[in-house]
Amino acid sequence: MLDADSVSRPMFVPPGEAVTRPLFDRVHEWIVTVDHKKLGLMYVCYGLLFLVIGGVEATLMRIQLAVAHNHFVSPQTFNQLFTMHGTTMIFFAAMPIVFGFAVYLTPLMLGARDMAFPRLNAWGFWMSALGGIILYFSFLGGGGLYGAGSAPDVGWFAYAPLTSPAFSVGHSTDYWIIGIFISGFGSIATAVNIITTILCLRCPGMTLNRIPMLAWLNLVMATQVLLAVSPLTAAQVMLMIDRYLGGHFFDTQAGGSAVLWMHFFWIFGHPEVYVLVLPAFGILSEVIPVFSRKPIFGYSIMVVATLAIGFISMSVWAHHMFTVGMTSWANAFFVASTAAIAVPTGIKIFNWLGTMWGGKIIFKTAMLFCVGAVCQMLIAGLTGIMLSAAPFDWQLGNSYFVVAHFHYVILGVIVFAVFGAIYYWYPKVTGRLLSETLGRWHFWLFLIGFHLTFDFMHIPGILGMPRRIYTYEPGRGWDAWNLIVSFGVVFQAAAILIWVVNVFVSYYKGDIAGNDPWNAWTLEWSTTSPPPDYNFAEIPVVRSRRPLWDLKHPEDPDWKYE
Amino acid sequence: MAASTLTVPQPEVPISLPPRGHVGMWCLIIAESAIFTIFVVAYLYYAGKSLSGPTPREVLEVPIFISICLFSSSFTIVMGEKAIHHGNIKLFTLWLFATIVLGAIFVAGSLREWYRLIYEHGVTISSSLFGTTFYSLVGLHLSHVIVGLTMLSLVLIFALLGFVKQEHAERMGVLALYWHFVDTVWVVVLSVVYFIAR
Repeated sequence: MLDADSVSRPMFVPPGEAVTRPLFDRVHEWIVTVDHKKLGLMYVCYGLLFLVIGGVEATLMRIQLAVAHNHFVSPQTFNQLFTMHGTTMIFFAAMPIVFGFAVYLTPLMLGARDMAFPRLNAWGFWMSALGGIILYFSFLGGGGLYGAGSAPDVGWFAYAPLTSPAFSVGHSTDYWIIGIFISGFGSIATAVNIITTILCLRCPGMTLNRIPMLAWLNLVMATQVLLAVSPLTAAQVMLMIDRYLGGHFFDTQAGGSAVLWMHFFWIFGHPEVYVLVLPAFGILSEVIPVFSRKPIFGYSIMVVATLAIGFISMSVWAHHMFTVGMTSWANAFFVASTAAIAVPTGIKIFNWLGTMWGGKIIFKTAMLFCVGAVCQMLIAGLTGIMLSAAPFDWQLGNSYFVVAHFHYVILGVIVFAVFGAIYYWYPKVTGRLLSETLGRWHFWLFLIGFHLTFDFMHIPGILGMPRRIYTYEPGRGWDAWNLIVSFGVVFQAAAILIWVVNVFVSYYKGDIAGNDPWNAWTLEWSTTSPPPDYNFAEIPVVRSRRPLWDLKHPEDPDWKYE
Repeated sequence: MAASTLTVPQPEVPISLPPRGHVGMWCLIIAESAIFTIFVVAYLYYAGKSLSGPTPREVLEVPIFISICLFSSSFTIVMGEKAIHHGNIKLFTLWLFATIVLGAIFVAGSLREWYRLIYEHGVTISSSLFGTTFYSLVGLHLSHVIVGLTMLSLVLIFALLGFVKQEHAERMGVLALYWHFVDTVWVVVLSVVYFIAR
């Protein structure tokens, strides 16, 4: 039974002794930890570090493309930059961040004391970390023994035959393969852990019909990791057999097929988008209700829509391959399945709007980011439907229109939701609130920069500018647009800088948060901030989807109506 | 405190949670199935597309005996599970030993076939597309058999040292689940490699 006493009583005094212990002990404690909170935090910090690195790579590319005939970086360097940017952002920024939130929050939200397999949890994190280190070691060791190092330059989807030994001399591609291969093991391990935790470690009363939306979305996300990252692992094994053992999987001269690699990569690649966006949807489904002061609109339909997205997204991969030339039946199938995915996604958008409708909306920074993400999801979804039509895709495939579309999803929805999540859960993790003033500067500058860059990026794409070119001729009508696109980066960089300052300053000087600064409803807000070791002194018992509402409003609890 | 405690009109129905070992293993099986699916698809897609010989029809012989051994090992491990469930550790050790022997025969038989293919027919992983797909698919399965055998042997060593008790029956069930999966995959690999895409 969850009672008011256990909520208000501090079960955990932040240990003063921790500050005085030697640095080695404190670092050692983090390295050997199996605590889901420490691991979740390390996942997120690791991802944010790579987010900054990938952001720097993007900035360098935008400087190069700001004006025509620029000589800021060489063509070779440009190829390495877009390869490293894509690989870093997907595998070593976005995935660790969403995993970090899942690992940190799932046990807390479900009223559990840790993940189902704590040691596997640590293993998963360190494998992911090792993968990132191996990828970046290519800058030093990529050239092998002969000559200086070089990063991989085969693009983040590494189409055959670029990756064959004949066209990829040296070890840069090997670092790419092994880095992703190893982090893939970490991802699969963590996905196993997330699913098992959600299915097996719920507190009494927490039926699947009552788990928080974030837990539902993480459950579907983890299932997709099992089904989508595994094929990538298999494809990387084939590539390794080709490169190291002289195999012929993707060797067209021996009867192999370059197109099969495309299929295998995108069987991973498209569900991967949903692996990243579903947790973002989960964050929106947690933050928007709290700041609208209403329970989520249509919980069951949200769950069904999530399952539908998870199901349909497994059969849309070849919409990345319309320009390859498939049969018209295959084209028709993938057009239909891709367009169909808009239906459950649209349901979600309407449910968030329904949650806000008639609510008492409080525009804290977390809510601002989430509302931004909902609006941008609409636009990203619309360009997605445009690109799902094969003839439209034949015209604009591989152009900057596509680049603008998927950055709208990844930056406009996922990164916005992640920032919202950081403003929302930072007080729980650190015990202090982030500054709202700096937060507002962060939000508005980032919003302006995002729209300057990615709204205007659609236009050179429509005008025919292909992706992955290191420079272009002046006078094609692309110049002004590219300058605006690059100019937006200034605002985004400033916003990120403000956010970094905010995170560090608020850690020491921020307002004390207390257990429940947002007057929220899920179980993580019932423990202290930061939560004590093993989270709950007494395992809570819940009766509804909003256990803390029941606690705060015993005269009108939710379980009477659910 | 008592005043603020929620009073619930009807007793809450207790929820039953599945055992986490089994759920974790099922998740692993889902992931592994996806990996095998990709390799099977590659094998089927490339069947008959090899530009140089020999063809599978010329060199492959259906491994009837070792397949029977592997399939029987699923039966012996079920018997072992029954024994440990009833607390009969001696019988359990015996069935476990039988399982390992059957698995080892499978590994030895596969390696003998590889030896014959390599030295009599010159089929290697780099000799042709058929060689690449054959050794990677069959080898992927074989590596899973070897992992399973390693784990079963560990349990056997623990059992002989007297560490295995009746209370470990559920954990043994998790390992048996993996072993059944390895056997099931062989049904697919066997039919794809030796019958469908011959």
